[in-house]
Amino acid sequence: MVDEARLRALIPTVIGILGRRGAGFAAAEDAVQEALVEAVRVWPEDPPRDPQGWLVTVAWRRYLDAVRADTSRRRREERVDDEPAPGPAPDVDDTLQLYFLCAHPSLSPASAVALTLRAVGGLTTRQIAQAYLVPEATMAQRISRAKRTLSGVRFSDPGDLATVLHVLYLVFNEGYSGDVDLAAEAIRLTRQLAARTDDEEVAGLLALMLLHSARRPARTRPDGSLVPLAEQDRSLWDTGLIAEGVDVLQAALRRDRLGGYQAQAAIAALHADARTAEETDWVQIVEWYDELVRLTGNPVARLNRAVAVGEADGPRAGLAALAELDAALPRYTAVAAYLHERDGNRATAARLYADAARAADNLAERDHLTRQAARLNAGPRT
Amino acid sequence: MAKYLLLKHYRGAPTAVNDVPMARWTPEEVDAHVQYMRDFADRLRGTGEFVGEQALSEKGMWVRSDGQGRPPVTDGPFAETKDLIAGWMIIDVDSQDRAIELAGELSAAPGAGGAPIHEWLEVRPLYGEPSTITE
Repeated sequence: MVDEARLRALIPTVIGILGRRGAGFAAAEDAVQEALVEAVRVWPEDPPRDPQGWLVTVAWRRYLDAVRADTSRRRREERVDDEPAPGPAPDVDDTLQLYFLCAHPSLSPASAVALTLRAVGGLTTRQIAQAYLVPEATMAQRISRAKRTLSGVRFSDPGDLATVLHVLYLVFNEGYSGDVDLAAEAIRLTRQLAARTDDEEVAGLLALMLLHSARRPARTRPDGSLVPLAEQDRSLWDTGLIAEGVDVLQAALRRDRLGGYQAQAAIAALHADARTAEETDWVQIVEWYDELVRLTGNPVARLNRAVAVGEADGPRAGLAALAELDAALPRYTAVAAYLHERDGNRATAARLYADAARAADNLAERDHLTRQAARLNAGPRT
Repeated sequence: MAKYLLLKHYRGAPTAVNDVPMARWTPEEVDAHVQYMRDFADRLRGTGEFVGEQALSEKGMWVRSDGQGRPPVTDGPFAETKDLIAGWMIIDVDSQDRAIELAGELSAAPGAGGAPIHEWLEVRPLYGEPSTITE
């Protein structure tokens, strides 16, 4: 068996080595992808003794083939030697540079996600296409267009950490579909980034992912339906992930440079800390939402703050906080339904749950909201 | 990214601007229309936004169960049906604005006289995956 995780972890290093030998990013990345596909095919029967050396050799050969094909097409003289001297001694972290390049601000989020999963994550185009439910040819085009967009960007240009974190957040938040566990992949890539940077928000994002991942076994029933946080069986939460997430978060918070990911992780940590839903420290959670709104101004954070206010100060206070927000926000109606039910207004809540179900943008949430409406419409139970 | 279904109707959509039935077009106009549709799909393949497409026959029927042990009941063909879908395309795009922009281009496929049909297309979002982080 090929240890796929180990194979994938080598990919950014191998791209970096080709870069040092003089290959441009786009060509190096293509050649390494071809070597990766070859490795997946060949290694199960014939595993190499030196996996990284194998990948470098095969990728470099593919690179030279591509250059030769290109040069003969253009009738230019060959300028590339078969075995060039290794480049200068490493003084920058190639893998870190790849994170920046693949999440470059000139790329659309979807392109940056695809390119990051391929060049940094070492996934094949087919795996990425399956994860995002598009044809492989479509994903291949998305990636090659992204690389064309980057053609003027130098490999060593300083990058924007905020866009890197946003891309990793997107990979995590879209969760799991197909045979690639994107949430696990996002955690692996964020962990790897955290080991290479000294930044509180990278740690904050890693903590956020770990703390949410811990709840995963309790989030869905065997039939795939969603279990709301308050109803989750907390004995199913992964205490190892929670402990790690809390450690990572506390180390970041001690440095006193708060950011949005740290604030979100702090909220997740407070939920993780409550043994039952009733024990949740909603007053502290509201304080963290205040910080989050101050830091990001994000309307979704304001909406979630209204939920927390409803828990901390009662449903009327929550509805008052909600009334200040734009009713067109996603999940606004679902939040209104929840607060109205808590306020004892079952008929209004039932109607709002039905409205919210129609506005849901995923099937699991639609079904959950429909069940809420059905439960209320079935009449009061004593 | 979000996926959208673009639906083209044989019947049931509001009336197009250039509303001449295809059978009354010249063969060259039909060719030009088919080529426009192909080019449109190819362009979306190139931009990494194409997911799939199929055209549907006008034939078909309604089917429903008639209870256990009985064969299903059929009704049709669709002579009485007001709404009849001609084909679909699924795209995966950055935003709803982009989906609308593309549907607009598809609607401008040439018809009678080589002029754009300006037909009405239905644009429907597909459900996505639930987010992991919701609080």
